Amino acid sequence: MIKFEKVTKIYPPNTAVLQEVSFEIEEGEFVSIVGKSGAGKTTLTRLILGMEEPSYGDVFFKGKNLRTASSSEIQNIRRSISGIYQDYKLLPGKTVYENVAYVLEVEGRGYGEIKQEVPKVLELIGLQEKTNNFPKQLSGGEQQRLAIARALVSKPKIIIADEPTGNLDPYNTYEVVFLLEKINKAGTTVILLTHDRETVNKLGKRVITLVGGRVIRDEKQGQFII
Amino acid sequence: MFTSFTRVFKFAINDFGRNKGISIATTFILVVAIMLATGLFFFQGAANYLTSQIRDKIDITAYFLDGTSEEDILAAKDKIIGMSPDIRSIEYVSRDQAFAVFSEKHQDNAVLQRALEEVGDNPFLPSLNITTNGDPAQYEEISNALETSDFSNLIYKVDYTQKKDTIEKVYAITSNINRYGLLAGVILIILSILVVFNTVKLAIDSSKEEISTMRIVGASDWFVRGPFIMEGIIYGLLAFIVCILLTAVSAYLFSSKIAIVMPGFSLYGYFLTNLWIFVLIQLLFGVGVGVVSSFIVVKKYLDI
Repeated sequence: MIKFEKVTKIYPPNTAVLQEVSFEIEEGEFVSIVGKSGAGKTTLTRLILGMEEPSYGDVFFKGKNLRTASSSEIQNIRRSISGIYQDYKLLPGKTVYENVAYVLEVEGRGYGEIKQEVPKVLELIGLQEKTNNFPKQLSGGEQQRLAIARALVSKPKIIIADEPTGNLDPYNTYEVVFLLEKINKAGTTVILLTHDRETVNKLGKRVITLVGGRVIRDEKQGQFII
Repeated sequence: MFTSFTRVFKFAINDFGRNKGISIATTFILVVAIMLATGLFFFQGAANYLTSQIRDKIDITAYFLDGTSEEDILAAKDKIIGMSPDIRSIEYVSRDQAFAVFSEKHQDNAVLQRALEEVGDNPFLPSLNITTNGDPAQYEEISNALETSDFSNLIYKVDYTQKKDTIEKVYAITSNINRYGLLAGVILIILSILVVFNTVKLAIDSSKEEISTMRIVGASDWFVRGPFIMEGIIYGLLAFIVCILLTAVSAYLFSSKIAIVMPGFSLYGYFLTNLWIFVLIQLLFGVGVGVVSSFIVVKKYLDI
């Protein structure tokens, strides 16, 4: 589904963030990509979403080389991938309801469907009482849950969670990881980028380890070992 | 498409209402800029009026010899009309008319009245007052033509050389008012556009992160840019409504005061006569600057 082929990313003047990274992620997989801060995890996300181009090598999404993808193809790829980020990336000018609805509006879904789907997801995530609140009126945990609600509502094929538990306490961390597992069991591919050792070890799923921008380990039932 | 449009419109209305401070500030700046453009249009109208008034007062007079018949003078008038397409009007003033005008003009001046009585007879000569479209070169051309014409033997004198300096000065002043007024206007309008652009930029800069998030979730260019452009239209429309009302009220209130300084010029009348031009200037300026500024600023953040 997602394939990295000898991908190198160099930022000017001469900082190589990723070096000859190759791996493939299949549909329905739960993959943790681990590494210290600065190992290149966020750059991987940006490359998958087509926000940046590799300096060398190629990134493929469902066989399509992102280097040659048109602007509308990139938009479609982004719509089929939902992101959950450490800094939440919510829309501060929109309410909880509008943040979730926005993703469906971008996809051109009808008013009826939006009215039906958004409250369902907000209830699932436990934010049904806060639909009219703005993100700044929510706690860190609630903001992260809102980010998850937004990621779930469009029923994406892939969820990329980039340090989703970085700002959360252990209780909220457990909740988020539990939710991601549940989503994966329902058939969604989950890519978890983290440096949270405990979380990765508990999961017991595939782990790709990045050190200094290189893949040093890729194990089916891996552990966080750096 | 319609659904997408209504959503974009809804986003714009929501953003406008939720960022009241920024929205009001941007609209206010737009009002100032539009009023500046409007003021320049008023200035141009007043300057044109003044210029035409001054130019109307300048003429060239051909005095005919005492005893020249009215028929000969009117025949000469017809010939003069054919001399140049730039001649705007020719007025025949008979001896009696000249006497009557002088007497009426100086009826309170006892010295002049007594002087007229001393002379006894009507001392004035019949004349033709010629006005052109204003260029001093035209006056000179007509003056030369009169002096070399086949009826030059009927002409006592052409009163051009005495007025030459005045004509050239007035022409230079009115030309400068138009030229430098236009230049100053263009500079002021460019400055006001830059101020509006920067205000819109500040308003959109605060949404930089939001735009990036919209792109990440797959929003198209139009879906991201649309609400900002729509907001630009709302700013422009609101500013237009404020400005047209402000212009109407100001023109009405100041009309009588301006008429004291510039007799015959009605500010309110000028506004009503050119109402559609005012509407067009204010609407195009307001909405145009608002939309173009939003378009350019958002474009900068769309490259994600």
